[in-house]
Amino acid sequence: MKLLLRGGRLVDPASGHDGAADVLLDGGVVAEVGPGLEAAGAKRVDCGGLVVCPGFVDLHVHLREPGREDAETIETGSRAAALGGYTAVCPMPNTDPVADNAGVVEMVAARGREVGLVDVFPVGAVTLGQRGVELAELGAMARSAAAVDCFSDDGHPIREARLLRLALEYARAFDAVVADHAEDTSLTDGAQMHEGEVSAMLGLAGWPAAAEEMVVARDLLLAELTGGRLHLCHLSTANAVELVRAAKARGVRVTAEAAPHHFTLTDETVRGYDPVFKVNPPLREKADVEAVRQGLADGAIDAIATDHAPHAREDKEVEWPAAPPGMLGLETALGLAVAELVGPGYLELPAAIERLTAGPARCRRLPGHGGPVTPGAPANLTVLDPAARWTVDRATLASRARNTPFHGRELTGRVVHTLLRGAFTVRDGKAQR
Amino acid sequence: MNTKHLLSAADLTAGEITRVLDTAAHLAKVTDRAIKKVPTLRGRTVCNLFFEDSTRTRISFELAAKRLSADVINFSAKGSSVSKGESLKDTAITLEAMGVDAIVIRHGASGAPWRLAEWVRAVVVNAGDGTHEHPTQALLDLYTMRQRFPSFEGLRVAIVGDVLHSRVARSNVLALTTMGAEVTLVAPPTLLPARVESWGVAVSYDLDAVLPKQDVVMMLRVQLERQRAGFFPSMREYARLYGLDARRLDAMADHAIVMHPGPMNRGVEIAADVADSLERSVIADQVANGISVRMALLYLLLGGPEVRQ
Amino acid sequence: MLRAASNPTGLEAFLMSGRTVVMDAADVHRALVRIAHEVVERNKGTDGLVVVGIHTRGVPLAGRLAAKLTEIEGRPVPAGAVDVAMYRDDIGMRPPHATHDTHLPFDLAGTVVVLVDDVLYTGRTVRAALDALTDFGRPRAIQLAVLVDRGHRELPLRADYVGKNLPTAADQAVRVQLQETDGSDAVAIESAPRKAVASR
Repeated sequence: MKLLLRGGRLVDPASGHDGAADVLLDGGVVAEVGPGLEAAGAKRVDCGGLVVCPGFVDLHVHLREPGREDAETIETGSRAAALGGYTAVCPMPNTDPVADNAGVVEMVAARGREVGLVDVFPVGAVTLGQRGVELAELGAMARSAAAVDCFSDDGHPIREARLLRLALEYARAFDAVVADHAEDTSLTDGAQMHEGEVSAMLGLAGWPAAAEEMVVARDLLLAELTGGRLHLCHLSTANAVELVRAAKARGVRVTAEAAPHHFTLTDETVRGYDPVFKVNPPLREKADVEAVRQGLADGAIDAIATDHAPHAREDKEVEWPAAPPGMLGLETALGLAVAELVGPGYLELPAAIERLTAGPARCRRLPGHGGPVTPGAPANLTVLDPAARWTVDRATLASRARNTPFHGRELTGRVVHTLLRGAFTVRDGKAQR
Repeated sequence: MNTKHLLSAADLTAGEITRVLDTAAHLAKVTDRAIKKVPTLRGRTVCNLFFEDSTRTRISFELAAKRLSADVINFSAKGSSVSKGESLKDTAITLEAMGVDAIVIRHGASGAPWRLAEWVRAVVVNAGDGTHEHPTQALLDLYTMRQRFPSFEGLRVAIVGDVLHSRVARSNVLALTTMGAEVTLVAPPTLLPARVESWGVAVSYDLDAVLPKQDVVMMLRVQLERQRAGFFPSMREYARLYGLDARRLDAMADHAIVMHPGPMNRGVEIAADVADSLERSVIADQVANGISVRMALLYLLLGGPEVRQ
Repeated sequence: MLRAASNPTGLEAFLMSGRTVVMDAADVHRALVRIAHEVVERNKGTDGLVVVGIHTRGVPLAGRLAAKLTEIEGRPVPAGAVDVAMYRDDIGMRPPHATHDTHLPFDLAGTVVVLVDDVLYTGRTVRAALDALTDFGRPRAIQLAVLVDRGHRELPLRADYVGKNLPTAADQAVRVQLQETDGSDAVAIESAPRKAVASR
């Protein structure tokens, strides 16, 4: 099937292209790229006023299947991802059962293929059951049909330095990345929100920034020691960003991600005690939000990753301490990136798109995703309207869950079409399945 | 009053706090009458929704409501569907369906009253939420202070003890600073909240230095589990550094008063012999003033037209 | 129209706002004296009599009446005050009324209570006062003395002693000023608000 995306602005960070160009797709791959293309027999898609770019990649999502299908399934999560402009997502292993073996990761990848709305690249657990005691069979997962090249105990930090060291070293055999959730649990025991002026007034136990920074520092030193590949999940504090910046300058092999809620919201939102604002790491102070934005701007942070964390409605309609942490993110990431980063001038649009595409693709192996948009490449593309203003309505989200902290917020930038290997998964803003 | 609910001591302006205290003073006389009742809230229903045990506070609210001729239902978490797993929200929906006019809630989770207020049309009164606030306690404490001191402006109040985990402390700091009092918090550094300097209070780790200058000394309860969690090395050291004993009582100014939200931990924040001589007067104040203040609040919150949020 | 002083006070301000004075200080005094004599005549003395004023302006009036009765009969007649905020029939319909002290330094049993208020209008305040008093005890009788009766009763109540009958329209207001509360004595009728009032 031939598709001609005509009249758009092609932004392809991987190749550096930013300008008017048409893209011809044939048989699921990019056939030709250039201005003023003509193609007989091709269905024309008018992209005037729109941006054409690689499909987005989300390094960090929770699809909840297997185990909590009441909150989200691979199908509903895939649909939400496609609507958000994503063609690839990486679900974390904190499912039930935990994805700590070839069987579960293969099942998750296969289900993703079956649903066929995004490519699903599972993240395998580092330790058995994510218990932090013994390594899981990283090799089996790497060599499985799921071809896992990223391991994480996300949800939990890897508490023992010894274990993280071993994981970083062992993973080198598979050229795999270890992604750590940086948190010193002895400092965050019972913590409910960021430790600061707001937590002191609200009577909620605090999660000090130092608890994240200490572990970030430790992880960077271990990465340096082992020569292994380290990825840092959901950076949220100013010092954490600075530590990563300095480590990269020293040549440490580290990549980092940040979530949209950490470059948009502060702990002030917690004042009403609505658990929709409860997340781990917690929402921090203005200076931290500013630092995350700067980190994305200067590349200290490589990727925007949503940490999409759906929760069943009744789980979040409780008193704050009883609620699980986590927020939705797939369908609002683009809108927040444009409204909060591009709009105020932290990044230009191509750089913001880079943090959603080529940047994440640098962090792990995701064949066919992140660009470049060149002949022969799989046609995983997103067409978006960078100026569209829209208001988030939680009732109309494709996710099974409703826990978005952005309900009622006006965003800028909306996905028009998403294509997975040349086929529309989203067309004119509507999911095709 | 400008606020529909009473969730935080910060909900009330200085003028409103004064109005509550003035009204409480008038309603205090109801207790002295032969018929200890006025018909004011006849036909209204007040629900005491207590997820934490507190006989004293619950009875205080119950009596306050009954003296205003309101009907009272008591809902304690134990032995109800809550213990079988019914959530706060389900409970709220049930109460809403029953048509209660006010819900007085005490809950172990900070912020629970705010959630409840989202789910019901009734007036919500916070009777203590987690380690956050206990606004009616602060109001009754202010009432007690006003019985002995003519003005709050410049009144020197020390709050001593586990400020970090104390809802009484937070509410008192808010109410007292609103009224222009000079508040000093005295505690070991581990029991003071982060950024406490931004609260508009003075802070000291040295009780003996602070005591002689105070008009009011409020001692907070220190719970055993705080010692177990390592906030201070031993109860003995805590009592030695921050406990009120006979010697420290002597060091206080002649006109100064000691307050305690109760119940007292003898031998910890208050030495046993001091507790003996203080207990009766402190409890008497708490009980009598608590009912008057709560009557005033119920009258001021429920005595007007229904406020739509 | 009266010329405004630069800082009008008390009576001046009172009179400035388009009001018509119907009783001046002398009228108020004479009315109270007459009521006192009527009370003595009707009750054949002041034995067992107490005077109770309804907050707010009924209270100073009750004090004056009690003093006058004491003077006439040569034996002390006690005065008290009753606050009706808790007994009103419009609780929940308008913002809560301010409260005041109820002070009844005598046993009501067997007494004749002369209830005093400044203005008798719908009768609802008096109804509330009757309920309040009944909660304190059982007087032998309650009589009602008012400085002004402006009509428009909504309950079957009437005053036993009236300072002045003042027919009014419903959209008019009766404003009473007393020495003890406002600095001087006067009763005025205020018509419905007009656009231009006294200039500053």
